[in-house]
Amino acid sequence: MNTKKVREDDYLKRREHLKNLSDQELKERFWQLAEQAVKPLVDLAYKNTSPAIERSVLLRMGFSSLEAKDLVEKVINHGLISKGAGHVVYRLAKLENLEIREAGMMLINDKGFDKVKKSFEVNKHE
Amino acid sequence: MNKNQKLDVLEILKDLDKYEPRRRGWSWREPVENLEMAGNVYKDASKPLKNSTPLPAAKYFGNIDPQPIQVITSEIASGRFEDDIRRMRMAAWHGADHLMVIRTAGQSHFDGLIEGTPQGVGGVPITRKQVRAQRKALDIIEDEVGRPINYHSYVSGVAGPDIAVMFAEEGVNGAHQDPQYNVLYRNINMVRSFVDAAESKKIMAWADILQIDGAHNANATAMVAWKVMPELMVQHAINSLFSEKVGIKKDNIALSTVPPTAAPAPDLKINLPYAKALRDFFSDYKMRAQMNTKYMESSTREATVTHVLNMMISKLTSADIQSTITPDEGRNVPWHMYNVEACDTAKQALIGMDGLLEMVELKDEGYLPEKVRELKERSILFFEELLASGGYFQAVEDGFFIDSGIYPERNYDGISRKINGGIGANTVYERDEDYLAPVTAHFGYNNVQQYGLKADDCPSILINGSTFEDRSKIQYIDELDEEDNVNVRLETTKKYLNSNIIKPEVEWAGDGVLVVDVTLPTSTRYAEAAALEIAKHMNLLDAEVIHKEVLQDAEATRIQVKGRVDIEIDLTKLTLPKEPDLLSDSEIRDYINEHPMTIIAGTVGEDEHSVGLREIIDIKHGGIEKYGINCIYLGTSVPITKLVDAAIEANADAILMSTIISHDDVHYKNMKKTHEYAVEKGVRDKLIIVAGGTQVTPEIAEKNGVDSGFGRGTKGYHVASFLVKKRKEMNEN
Repeated sequence: MNTKKVREDDYLKRREHLKNLSDQELKERFWQLAEQAVKPLVDLAYKNTSPAIERSVLLRMGFSSLEAKDLVEKVINHGLISKGAGHVVYRLAKLENLEIREAGMMLINDKGFDKVKKSFEVNKHE
Repeated sequence: MNKNQKLDVLEILKDLDKYEPRRRGWSWREPVENLEMAGNVYKDASKPLKNSTPLPAAKYFGNIDPQPIQVITSEIASGRFEDDIRRMRMAAWHGADHLMVIRTAGQSHFDGLIEGTPQGVGGVPITRKQVRAQRKALDIIEDEVGRPINYHSYVSGVAGPDIAVMFAEEGVNGAHQDPQYNVLYRNINMVRSFVDAAESKKIMAWADILQIDGAHNANATAMVAWKVMPELMVQHAINSLFSEKVGIKKDNIALSTVPPTAAPAPDLKINLPYAKALRDFFSDYKMRAQMNTKYMESSTREATVTHVLNMMISKLTSADIQSTITPDEGRNVPWHMYNVEACDTAKQALIGMDGLLEMVELKDEGYLPEKVRELKERSILFFEELLASGGYFQAVEDGFFIDSGIYPERNYDGISRKINGGIGANTVYERDEDYLAPVTAHFGYNNVQQYGLKADDCPSILINGSTFEDRSKIQYIDELDEEDNVNVRLETTKKYLNSNIIKPEVEWAGDGVLVVDVTLPTSTRYAEAAALEIAKHMNLLDAEVIHKEVLQDAEATRIQVKGRVDIEIDLTKLTLPKEPDLLSDSEIRDYINEHPMTIIAGTVGEDEHSVGLREIIDIKHGGIEKYGINCIYLGTSVPITKLVDAAIEANADAILMSTIISHDDVHYKNMKKTHEYAVEKGVRDKLIIVAGGTQVTPEIAEKNGVDSGFGRGTKGYHVASFLVKKRKEMNEN
């Protein structure tokens, strides 16, 4: 339970700095504030990835939803998700000169991760 | 597609592995300036359909079916997509061109795509196979009605990007996407939700999918719905601007806006300033006008009035898409006929208010602009405090949203979520410097340069094209569950598809559901129990009261009971009443030329209705006068005796009696009296007696002594044709 007291409606007091703005200025102010609120969210998304994003990459690379799910879990377990799950598959395909789907199937069968890790110079497990 | 032929669901389900959508992207209606139909000129109408079902009153207007300019939404998701396909056709014929499929309960929390065709609860499991089947059906339906139909579902939950990819590949045209929905109502981690949302939106942008946000849910959730108005504007702004920054074009960003209150509150006084404030601030985006569902009860009438008042606001401000909530949503998962009713309500109201802003305008001083200004300022104050508290995430954690106070008033009862809590917490990973995703429409950091591409090259070049460039790479899964799939379900229902065997149906083939509407002269509690008892005597299975309405606490209660019957009807064993065998206009005219005819007409009983009879008689309505029949019209409330006496005096060939009032079967009693009086006067065998009225059933009329009865929908030529045939027959005898 929240124990804070109710805050009364102090709109008339708070609006002092807004009351002389024109309608157009008010609209501009609204969107400036929105810009400030949204920018960090966009930056956050720019720099990060997630299992769903990586699955969606694998779907676009021609894997089924079941394969994509499986692959992403394995990529996370091998500590490689920060490289991109699609990247892991692509890297193995390049290293072994395989088709994309062949490389993916190898990884699903727990083969090829060591090679990929070595090429990424990643050694951590789990 | 022949309109008298049923959609072949089994055929639609064939070869779905090979189905390819015919287009991508959203379609708006084609506006037609000053559209003229049957002498009416419409200001805000769009291109008429090739095939449609017009409003019931259209028969008085040459069966025109003018279509409003707004795209009209119908939400269809009974849990069985195979049955929804047929309902989509019904809705499209009534004017829907945006068909929205609600997802099954729990799909938001499903980590990945659902495959196959399991049955849903409160919605449909959205899968590739299901989407293909419905999109394929809509291809057929849109060709039939002659207007593109937008197909729509949800890109949310913990598998948003997965679903977005599937939608892009399968030609889905519209989708809800709003990370705030995940956070506030599905308790999915906020960091994960926003990171995922950027990818989803980027994919939707590639596929030209129209996006609708989720802010309207705040209204349905809030304890005092109208008080969330300032924060609703903030929610809309966050999703709209975030979407734009990620790459969705403004024309494809739509706000889902709801008038927050409903009568008995002063609906327009609260809802109109809000609608105006929103449209002022969000003038760059599209408006999808949702209707208020917060106060929806089991009365379909009440829901319909709310819908109409909401559409008045759409007309007084603007709406690009007009939603329709089925008026039965307050009491069951919507049924076929209520989707159709809601589409008709939208069409009727919007066309009825055509050109409204040419006649009235919103005031620019006084209450309205003052309220508008206040709402705008309150939303700015909300944003200011949100930023001061540390930004959006912190504000959510601090319970800023869905507070029941009108901001800056706060009751501290909002929905609070932890930044590191919720489903999918701690599942976001920072991308390394050499991170790569070799696909089209990927958002964010993507080091393609390490493989020799330029920064703005399409990353999928690396893999010779993704599924977005090369459909043959898509992996199609048919079914995963041997028990829970459409083939198993169809085994039990296919006897009702394209066959002569029918059963009552409200949502699923063969469901057998029907409603009994009963008024009982007692209090609610007794009426409810009595209605269930009546249902038992009627052999209704699983009877359940779905609506009750007090007429007066002691005098009467209206109850609606739903139940199921196991009655199958074989259409081949039915005897249909014979269809009228009509003479042609020239046959009638030639006969009347050679054999002049006089008729006596009047509305009988204590009845002042005249419109129906005048339409049958008057030449300007295409009535029987046009064939040269001499009509003597006696007016309304004509005594029976006068009608027959006048016929005798004028040596008339026929009497046309109009009987509108049907209370206590007085209309049939009057027919009988007329017949008996004519017999008494000794003229019955020379005189044709015809009775007409909205409640007249021909067979019953004939049993009451008249030569023919004419019900609703009768035209002058029906009557003239009968009169000529009957006289020929009498002359032969």
